[in-house]
Amino acid sequence: MRPQFLRGFWKLTWLETKIFVREPMGFVGALVMPVIVFIVLGRAFGAGTPVAAPAVDIPFNVAILAAVLIAISAVQSLVAIISIYREGGILKRLRSTPLSPVTIMGAQVAVKLVFTVISLSLLMLAGRRLFPGVMRVNVFSFTVAVLLSTFSILSLGFVIASMVPTARFAQVISAAVVYPMLALSGLFFPVERFPPALKSVAYVLPTTHAVALLQGVWDGSGWGAHWGDVAALLALFAAYTALSTKFFRWE
Amino acid sequence: MNPVIAVSNLGKRYGHTVAVDDVSLEVLEGEIFGLIGPNGAGKTTTMECVEGNRVPDKGTISVLGLDPQRDANELRQRIGVQHQEAHLQKRIKVWEAVDLWRSLYPRVVDADTLLARLGLEAKRDAWFMTLSGGQKQRLFIALALIHEPEVVFLDELTTGLDPQARRAIWALVTGIRDRGTTVFLTTHLMEEAERLCDRVAIIEHGRIIELGTPEELVQKHCPERTVVFTSDDANVAERLHGLGAVERAEGNGPTYTIRGAGDDFVTDVINIIAREGIRVRGFRTEIPTLEDVFLKLTGHGIRD
Repeated sequence: MRPQFLRGFWKLTWLETKIFVREPMGFVGALVMPVIVFIVLGRAFGAGTPVAAPAVDIPFNVAILAAVLIAISAVQSLVAIISIYREGGILKRLRSTPLSPVTIMGAQVAVKLVFTVISLSLLMLAGRRLFPGVMRVNVFSFTVAVLLSTFSILSLGFVIASMVPTARFAQVISAAVVYPMLALSGLFFPVERFPPALKSVAYVLPTTHAVALLQGVWDGSGWGAHWGDVAALLALFAAYTALSTKFFRWE
Repeated sequence: MNPVIAVSNLGKRYGHTVAVDDVSLEVLEGEIFGLIGPNGAGKTTTMECVEGNRVPDKGTISVLGLDPQRDANELRQRIGVQHQEAHLQKRIKVWEAVDLWRSLYPRVVDADTLLARLGLEAKRDAWFMTLSGGQKQRLFIALALIHEPEVVFLDELTTGLDPQARRAIWALVTGIRDRGTTVFLTTHLMEEAERLCDRVAIIEHGRIIELGTPEELVQKHCPERTVVFTSDDANVAERLHGLGAVERAEGNGPTYTIRGAGDDFVTDVINIIAREGIRVRGFRTEIPTLEDVFLKLTGHGIRD
């Protein structure tokens, strides 16, 4: 007897993948936009090495920005899909089949992770070709770090998706969460220099730890130096998942 | 016949709004049972509690001997559900939906046979968003039937469809019953209830106010019958007055309207016409419908 969770899981994941690809705008946007950002900004500021942007005097790594954008576009796409499915009664329809709730949501997450990996591979390929010499990062480590970050950021996406009533509202809310989150992530301004209130907000957001971890993996300081960020990403994942399980509405 | 669904004293409220006040009913094996009433009367909430998709506040429900909450997993294998105003992913293909649903149940029917039966074989590769309203509903019926369920739930199946598509769906539902599956449906269309249902329950403000076969309800609440005929003979109305079950006979030019009550009324009128030798050019009867029963019981029309 197969475990309950696997009933229909691969079929639903494959189906959702095909459906995602059939919508050209969302597909291209999620997959290609971060890579374009990477290439354009990489040309302007340098691709892999922290550059002191002339006006702000802050180290700014374009490759990591692109990786975080990949994770964030996965979140926005997830929030949009779940709110559309809820509004259209699709979630409710799937819920009244023998599919388990974990399977229905797990398939959505699996699709997002698959496209995160594809988008990240495009990013690496573009980096190797366009900016030779700077992409010396361990690809495997970097991918694992991005996946872990994506998981954690996706779970925050689930909290948003659990609470928004309509698809229109979902777009507004996810933008209102995502952009400040990006600003507070430490990519542009060092977190240590934030006022205490902002600092504590920054630390309950997964992007902050994701950026620190990715930065570390990129610099080669390794996982050992960043176990705190890994633990924080996992803890936030657990907390956000628990929160969305409590508040999730199927209709 | 055995009841496959037994509901007693069901109640459900959302905040301060009472959706279902007190509903008790039984659905028998192999029948089409209709829960009829205006929008907001509690039809969908009642049905969703019976399906196990909503948790009732009070009352007991048994479906195929199972408790819809406690035995939810087993029940899902044995019932088929179609939701009101449901959708699927816009860009899912018809065959993909059927294929996914087939993978979820241990025993399923052949996909192509089912699509052919529902007239969807030409739409196999079409995206859901390109289907017409009638085609979407037929796909939902297909998905509800894929595992040969013992009971099928159909919630407002033909709302928003044109009359032709509606008739096609009615024929399908009758076919489901004729294959031995019990059908529990809701509708606010009295014509639909009258055509399809073996028995109906009229629900208003979360309570069942009447229950029986459509004929029984019409007979009980609206016994009045009307015969309208045209004749060029003289003094026709006077010749009919006070005969048999005739209560009133009025003429307007060559058109006569004869009113009375009871099952024998139409026969009486025919006999009188024959006996009196009245030459009739046209003849029709007006028999009250469920719509009239509803109006009488609630004091308002179903769409008010």
